[in-house]
Amino acid sequence: MRLPWRPLSGADWAAVCVLSGGSALALLSLLPEGSPLHVPQFAVGLAGKYLAYAILAVAVDLVWGFAGILTLGHAAFFALGGYAMGMYLMREIGTRGVYGNPNLPDFMVFLSWDHLPWYWYGFSHLPFALLMALLAPGALAGCFGWLAFRSRVSGVYLSIITQALTYALMLAFFRNDMGFGGNNGLTDFKDVAGANLHQPGTRAALLALTALALAFCLLASRAILGSRFGALLVAVRDAESRTRFIGYRPEHIKLLVWVYSALIAGVGGAFYVIQVGIINPGEFAPGNSIEAVIWVAVGGRGTLWGPVLGALLVNLGKTLFTGLLPELWLYALGLLFILTTLFLPRGVAGLWRAAKPAGAAEVTPEMTSADHEAVP
Amino acid sequence: MTAPIGTPATPSSLLYLDAVSVTFDGFRALNKLSLVLAHGEMRAIIGPNGAGKTTMMDVITGKTRPDTGEVAFRGVDLTRMDEPAIARLGIGRKFQKPTVFEHLTVRTNLLLSLKGGRQAFAALFARLTSDEAGRIEAILARTRLAPHANRMAGALSHGQKQWLEIGMLLGQDPELLLVDEPVAGMTDAETMQTADLLRDINRTHSVVVVEHDMAFVRALGVRVTVLHEGSVLAEGSVEQVSANPRVVEVYLGR
Ligand SMILES: Nc1ncnc2c1ncn2[C@@H]1O[C@H](COP(=O)(O)OP(=O)(O)OP(=O)(O)O)[C@@H](O)[C@H]1O
Ligand SMILES: [Mg+2]
Repeated sequence: MRLPWRPLSGADWAAVCVLSGGSALALLSLLPEGSPLHVPQFAVGLAGKYLAYAILAVAVDLVWGFAGILTLGHAAFFALGGYAMGMYLMREIGTRGVYGNPNLPDFMVFLSWDHLPWYWYGFSHLPFALLMALLAPGALAGCFGWLAFRSRVSGVYLSIITQALTYALMLAFFRNDMGFGGNNGLTDFKDVAGANLHQPGTRAALLALTALALAFCLLASRAILGSRFGALLVAVRDAESRTRFIGYRPEHIKLLVWVYSALIAGVGGAFYVIQVGIINPGEFAPGNSIEAVIWVAVGGRGTLWGPVLGALLVNLGKTLFTGLLPELWLYALGLLFILTTLFLPRGVAGLWRAAKPAGAAEVTPEMTSADHEAVP
Repeated sequence: MTAPIGTPATPSSLLYLDAVSVTFDGFRALNKLSLVLAHGEMRAIIGPNGAGKTTMMDVITGKTRPDTGEVAFRGVDLTRMDEPAIARLGIGRKFQKPTVFEHLTVRTNLLLSLKGGRQAFAALFARLTSDEAGRIEAILARTRLAPHANRMAGALSHGQKQWLEIGMLLGQDPELLLVDEPVAGMTDAETMQTADLLRDINRTHSVVVVEHDMAFVRALGVRVTVLHEGSVLAEGSVEQVSANPRVVEVYLGR
């Protein structure tokens, strides 16, 4: 029996806040310049970037917070989604590049290639690129996860090979002959689906769409975590070998959430690139994946809203801090991580829980509500 | 139905271990162990610490591969199967150290153990059926955990976790239950209730119970196998084995 309504959980609230906040910023940016409520363009760009990072944070939390898999390589999935979008945006440039070549992106002309490599086929179509922004990270995660989980690699070993994965991809994408623009990556984008990327209207729409995508990821993840599968994830996180003895295959459970998480990261990467205007191999850098883990730790893993908050707060901090003392940012980030680990093991979300009356302070309340509501 | 004491080993036995040896870094944890369990039988396994009781369960459930020897369940060779496959075949296990899913409620722990689909993908769309809800309520009542149904399993006492694990076995409803030290951390009254529960379970399931508590083993009133240094030292009724001088020596001499 379903109850007629469900109290809004943290994830629902986060989705509502993200969606209304993102759309409000987007709309206000369209007000005339002199208006007191006008939001400047750079703020729209920053907000869009932060929200794309928040999507990545949700992806990291799904595997780390809910399945206990500490990933240090999720930026790889994010960057692959970004490259798929970047390839489409490159094709959209058409003859407006420096060389004006209708068939080849500038960097290929520069390398004196005479034809488009096969894996660039189809990328002149946005739906295809969007599909690839999901399929490429999903396929990589599927292969990697299948190999890693079935050989029961876990814990710190798994973390290390995720790091190796993203590092290997970075080296590969640095190579010019890979056909992804090498060192410089993909940039100088002009428009998306015929709309000029530098128009305030387009940028406002992209911000709103990013907010919508994040809200969708939150709600979809909430549905998944509230299902029996979500309970299985927690079971695997708490006592993996126990699940085997009641007949479950934890490697399948982990693989499923791992691939789902990679898809979400890919979506984040696609929205990131379209708003930041560039994707290069630096996005695969091991440090990027570690930063994403820090956002989740600061916000609070094991909740869905915590990572969103963490990604927004830490990146806002980064923007402000690097403006003042750029060379000290990494130290500040490291210190933040240490302090969080020591004093706020459940992040900002943990503070919120601690403030609630005892009994409500359960880990992952999402997990437990769904089945109970259904009991007559 | 409890098999009468002294059941002979038959080819139609439910569980069949023959000359099973397991070595850990040169140490023989099991040494040509042979054991036969009849359909519907309950067997108590006793033996000093390190005798190999838990290792035997590890071998049966696929956690540990034997170096040599045969392990068969209903005639199926278990040595080539992994843990989930063996569990699906119909062997359930309660661990010596109670292992429950601490951050799930008692009720959800039971839900996950319920016999039925084990596919990860299908779990995304699984809805609690009224049949499942009924089975969970029945187990909660039978294991006296109903008042704790909505508590996190991690918040239970040691004894309650033991009962939850037994409850999860009930949910799993396997043909054979392997129960490792079920009464550790229980009061005398709880111990006797557990003996009653296991006898009750034995009416419809075959059971292997490992336990040190002799009062409990006596209360079960079933055939006893004594393990020592990885092989069978003695087998028989509680009275027979406790009168056996070699058994007395092993227990007193340690
Ligand atoms: N994975 C392992 N690696 C190395 N040695 C092991 C392993 N598992 C068990 N042993 C050793 O094998 C021997 C038998 O252990 P086992 O746990 O089966 O004993 P037990 O009869 O269950 O004892 P207890 O009554 O203490 O539970 C012990 O000496 C133990 O140290
Ligand atoms: Mg033991």
